[in-house]
Amino acid sequence: MLKDEDRIFSNLYGMKDRSLKSSIRRGHWDDTARLMKKGAAWVVAEIKESGLRGRGGAGFPTGLKWSFMPKYQESGKPSYLVINADESEPGTCKDREILRHEPHSLIEGCLFAGFAMGAHTAYIYVRGEYIRERESLQIAIDEAYDQGLLGKNAASSGWSFDVFVHHGAGAYICGEETALLESLEGKKGMPRMKPPFPAMAGLYGCPTTVNNVESIAVVPTILRRGSSWFSQFGRPNNAGTKLFCLSGHINNPCVVEEEMSIPLKELIDKHGGGVSGGWSNLKAVIPGGSSVPLLPAKICEDALMDFDWLKEQKSGLGTGAVIVMNNQTDIVKAIWRLSKFYKHESCGQCTPCREGTGWMMRVMERFISGNADLAEIDSLLEVSKQVEGHTICALGDAAAWPIQGLMRHFRHEVEARIKANKNSNIAAE
Amino acid sequence: MLRRLDKKQPESFKFSAKNLSWARKQLKKYPDGRKQSAVIPLLFRAQEQEGWVSKPAIEVVAKMLDMAPIRVFEVASFYFMFHLSPVGSVAHIQVCGTTPCMLRGSERLIEQCKKKISSNPMEVTHDGKISWEEVECLGACSNAPLVQIGRDYYEDLDEAKFSNLISNLISGIKPLPGSQTDRFSSEPNGDLTSLKGKVEEEKNASVSLFSHDFGKKKRSKAKHPAINLEDKPDA
Repeated sequence: MLKDEDRIFSNLYGMKDRSLKSSIRRGHWDDTARLMKKGAAWVVAEIKESGLRGRGGAGFPTGLKWSFMPKYQESGKPSYLVINADESEPGTCKDREILRHEPHSLIEGCLFAGFAMGAHTAYIYVRGEYIRERESLQIAIDEAYDQGLLGKNAASSGWSFDVFVHHGAGAYICGEETALLESLEGKKGMPRMKPPFPAMAGLYGCPTTVNNVESIAVVPTILRRGSSWFSQFGRPNNAGTKLFCLSGHINNPCVVEEEMSIPLKELIDKHGGGVSGGWSNLKAVIPGGSSVPLLPAKICEDALMDFDWLKEQKSGLGTGAVIVMNNQTDIVKAIWRLSKFYKHESCGQCTPCREGTGWMMRVMERFISGNADLAEIDSLLEVSKQVEGHTICALGDAAAWPIQGLMRHFRHEVEARIKANKNSNIAAE
Repeated sequence: MLRRLDKKQPESFKFSAKNLSWARKQLKKYPDGRKQSAVIPLLFRAQEQEGWVSKPAIEVVAKMLDMAPIRVFEVASFYFMFHLSPVGSVAHIQVCGTTPCMLRGSERLIEQCKKKISSNPMEVTHDGKISWEEVECLGACSNAPLVQIGRDYYEDLDEAKFSNLISNLISGIKPLPGSQTDRFSSEPNGDLTSLKGKVEEEKNASVSLFSHDFGKKKRSKAKHPAINLEDKPDA
């Protein structure tokens, strides 16, 4: 288990004094200017070296992403850093804790990241529902301005840097980076075609990098303690510590920072107080937020919580949101509820997603009671394949995968329901 | 989902003086010629003032941002947090119903809403005070099940606690938000498994901001007008 002194978010639960003064005492804003004096290239190299992969779901190497940003001399336009704080992947509630309880890790991270990519402005796009979290973040930003840590010559580094808080109004799709940019420009949050990628033409047509809150909030500590400190945690290619969100049928749901590649069982038992009804009562786990396929109990036994292990099992680490389901769960209904979510959140731009999510939801709804034909299982899977990969953004994929995961591991259960329903119909005649 | 403007519209809309000056400050966050970026914050502030987004409010925001009203309406109808018709004046209860909350009993909370408020979502009680709806994931899944009321989350609910909460709201009491068990924030219940040590704060950040609004006022004013929100709306 990770030791407290190796935890980046030392005030994750907000129990310790949250003022700037106290944050500084815990190590924030320590020697920021000296680290920046080492140069933008050093910052990028250090983050690359640390092995940090994006914490928003896709797991793209953060340092590499920064290196795609053109120099000002090349583009002649300002560059922007945009922080994706539109946390809305069901099961995920980690960025909320950073925004309200560790805002200075994010704000200082913005300064480092902005400096590294040549941006003088950052926008933090907070989901509309997180109103208190936004206020809390704003208070911290105001404090940082008051102390000269932001603004002209931020933290005496010679770099001018502004951080602005922006917010959405309840649209999951705005977590997709180009939809987020559309929304930030004051439009409907509909994803853009890529290319051009945001690094070339992002916010207001200018070079832009969009990063998840957690990815940026770990940056100051990595720079301070060194890339090799960070990369010692987790298996190779899966470096670092990570915030995990435990929800569902466990005794003590919680958000907790742990080492990458921690066994799922250890995570649930040590921090979550175990599965409700005991480990033997476990039915399945969604290991990385609603978009990733579930794992049946059998696989959970040996599961490691990292990108590569979960990918090998045709699932994913996603956002690190672990949704636990025990044997008392109606698993078909649990996945149907996700289908309903995606149907609700589809922006309607691409036909396969707009039509497909509703269609899949309706079939899934009938599967709950078994009111269907056996052949419909395959036609549902076929439709899910038609949605997957045929839309501008990944929402279509995200709607397809939970259903595919259900059928991969629990098809027998759906079949049994359909057969039972048929039998009862005959008996009634 | 089809979302339309309410049939009954007010004659006009006007930002209160405080909200207007707040709105003008928002525009400074964005580069010249990019005022449109402020459309969501302004619409939301209009909603906080009036309780919902009316056609005149859309027109006022459009004018302030040099946008065609239809472009503002497009935004108002796209984002689900905008209410296009009036909701309960005391509380509009938004129950999270997505899987992590469902696994921990959100369906029973919805039953309570149907029983104690109205059998249909978005239907306001006769006295105009309370309404409810089911919403998608609120992003506090380790504190499930939960509801949002205005700016605040009420977490770790069960049927009895929620029923009590509704009764309180009906009688005009707004209880303290946050976890409704004795959790501080999203730590595991009972003994801490990490970050042990002295608890220095009284409440978590979200709950203390509620207390600031409804209790003693002592928020400091920062020096940067474009940044500082000082952002309590006139409701």
